[in-house]
Amino acid sequence: MPKVDHHKNIIEVQGLSFAYGKHEVLRDINLVVHQGDYLGLVGPNGAGKTTLLKIMLGLLRPDRGSIKLFGVELADFQDQHRISYVPQKAGAADANFPATVYEVVAMGRYGRRGVGRGLNEADQAIIEKSLRQVNMWEQRETLIGDLSGGQEQRVFVARALAGEPEVIFLDEPTTGIDPQSREEFYKLLRELNQNLNLTLVLVSHDVERITKEVMHIACLDRHLVCHNSPEEFLRDSESLNVFGEKVKVITHHHD
Amino acid sequence: MFLDIFQYDFIVRGLIAGLIVGVIAPLIGVFLVLRRYSLIADTLSHVSLAGIALGLIFGWNPALSALGATLVASLGLEKLRASKRLYNESALALYLSGSLALAVVLLSLAHGFNSQLFGYLFGSLVTVTAYDIYVMAVLSIAVIATLLIFFKEIVFITFDEEAAQVAGLPVRLVNTVFMVLAALTISLSIPIIGVMLVAALLVIPAVTALQLKKSLRATIAYAEVFSLLSVLIGLLLAFYFNLATGGTIVLVMIAIFSVVFLFRPRA
Repeated sequence: MPKVDHHKNIIEVQGLSFAYGKHEVLRDINLVVHQGDYLGLVGPNGAGKTTLLKIMLGLLRPDRGSIKLFGVELADFQDQHRISYVPQKAGAADANFPATVYEVVAMGRYGRRGVGRGLNEADQAIIEKSLRQVNMWEQRETLIGDLSGGQEQRVFVARALAGEPEVIFLDEPTTGIDPQSREEFYKLLRELNQNLNLTLVLVSHDVERITKEVMHIACLDRHLVCHNSPEEFLRDSESLNVFGEKVKVITHHHD
Repeated sequence: MFLDIFQYDFIVRGLIAGLIVGVIAPLIGVFLVLRRYSLIADTLSHVSLAGIALGLIFGWNPALSALGATLVASLGLEKLRASKRLYNESALALYLSGSLALAVVLLSLAHGFNSQLFGYLFGSLVTVTAYDIYVMAVLSIAVIATLLIFFKEIVFITFDEEAAQVAGLPVRLVNTVFMVLAALTISLSIPIIGVMLVAALLVIPAVTALQLKKSLRATIAYAEVFSLLSVLIGLLLAFYFNLATGGTIVLVMIAIFSVVFLFRPRA
């Protein structure tokens, strides 16, 4: 396993702004994510969390500012296999899509293979390994639409792992899944971060829960309100005010 | 008595042509249905009608002018879709009504094409020539080969376009290729099944196969079986009972769909 350099910049966001038409969603964001980090990107609804994630993934173009992935400007970034994406559960999988768990995870290898080239034995081995890592190998022949929400998210993590990335971006992955599955899911993410040294960027509205999981919290409310450790975040009244009443309960809980 | 049908060259040609389109239509149809893009088959078939009208008026081969019109429209549609400036359905409605209006106006300008036009509207066995079969076979092989080359990319993009883009797949290129394949398939199917019903040929076997809740490859295989069965039974019924070819094939498809739907596996 490669050694993790916690000072190495994986993602660098500088002076980033974005608007949907005249509606400004992100203003002058500066953010650095280091190798091996586990970053929680939090903020109230409409704070621009998913927008920032999509810009980092190259799905949206910023109006101003720059983003570097692994030291390379996003526009010039070619090593797509170094990043993976776990989309929001809602809408991620069509319940009627006729794909088995195995077929979905195999998609994680497609970017690596290139057009016109089928998967080989090495790919099959990586798909199996990814499915075993999320404990879904036994269900490989099950249709994706027949899984529970928690199982479905594990399959999407397996698909991300199959690309052998260095960073995984997750967009509200625990929305709509039951509490027990959610706990298992956080445990899985912890293992990926600690055992496989994967850098994780997790967008979540579940502020209370993820302060117990992540290494750093970036609090967003169109601008970056804070970027520090979960402990400092919980002590910082400006950050907490962003969430209004909801987080007052949380701070009470933590106190 | 059953083998009487093979005494007629035009029937044999019709059967071969029917089986060719019966093979390629569900290959495209399964992905159109999964992309919630079933309406594109209808839209492109109406565009092809405008192409046929142009061909009839200017004395071009109507099948080729239909092919040209659908190819141009498919590229335009994909560009509109990618721009995200219109909802997909709105873009399709614009093309569908626009091309139908154009076809109606063009045909009102010219008179005397009624019999030919009827063949294109509802499909006909007798119009298929040996040359048509040759062209259909070559183009169908091209469609299948291209689909095989881009198969895994089309699967990923159909399932999750954003994740496919993040994974570095050439999403724009693959979407454009897919639209061109859809346009080709529709143009090839029109002489057999007609403009009005061509969408059914692509969509119904796919929707029927999806009821079985199988893996993607199995769904495609079942769609193929349903499509070929419908074309074969439909053509035979049309011949023996002197019925309209396209309509008979589609009614057989709907009968198969009804049976499968009634006995589909429940969760």
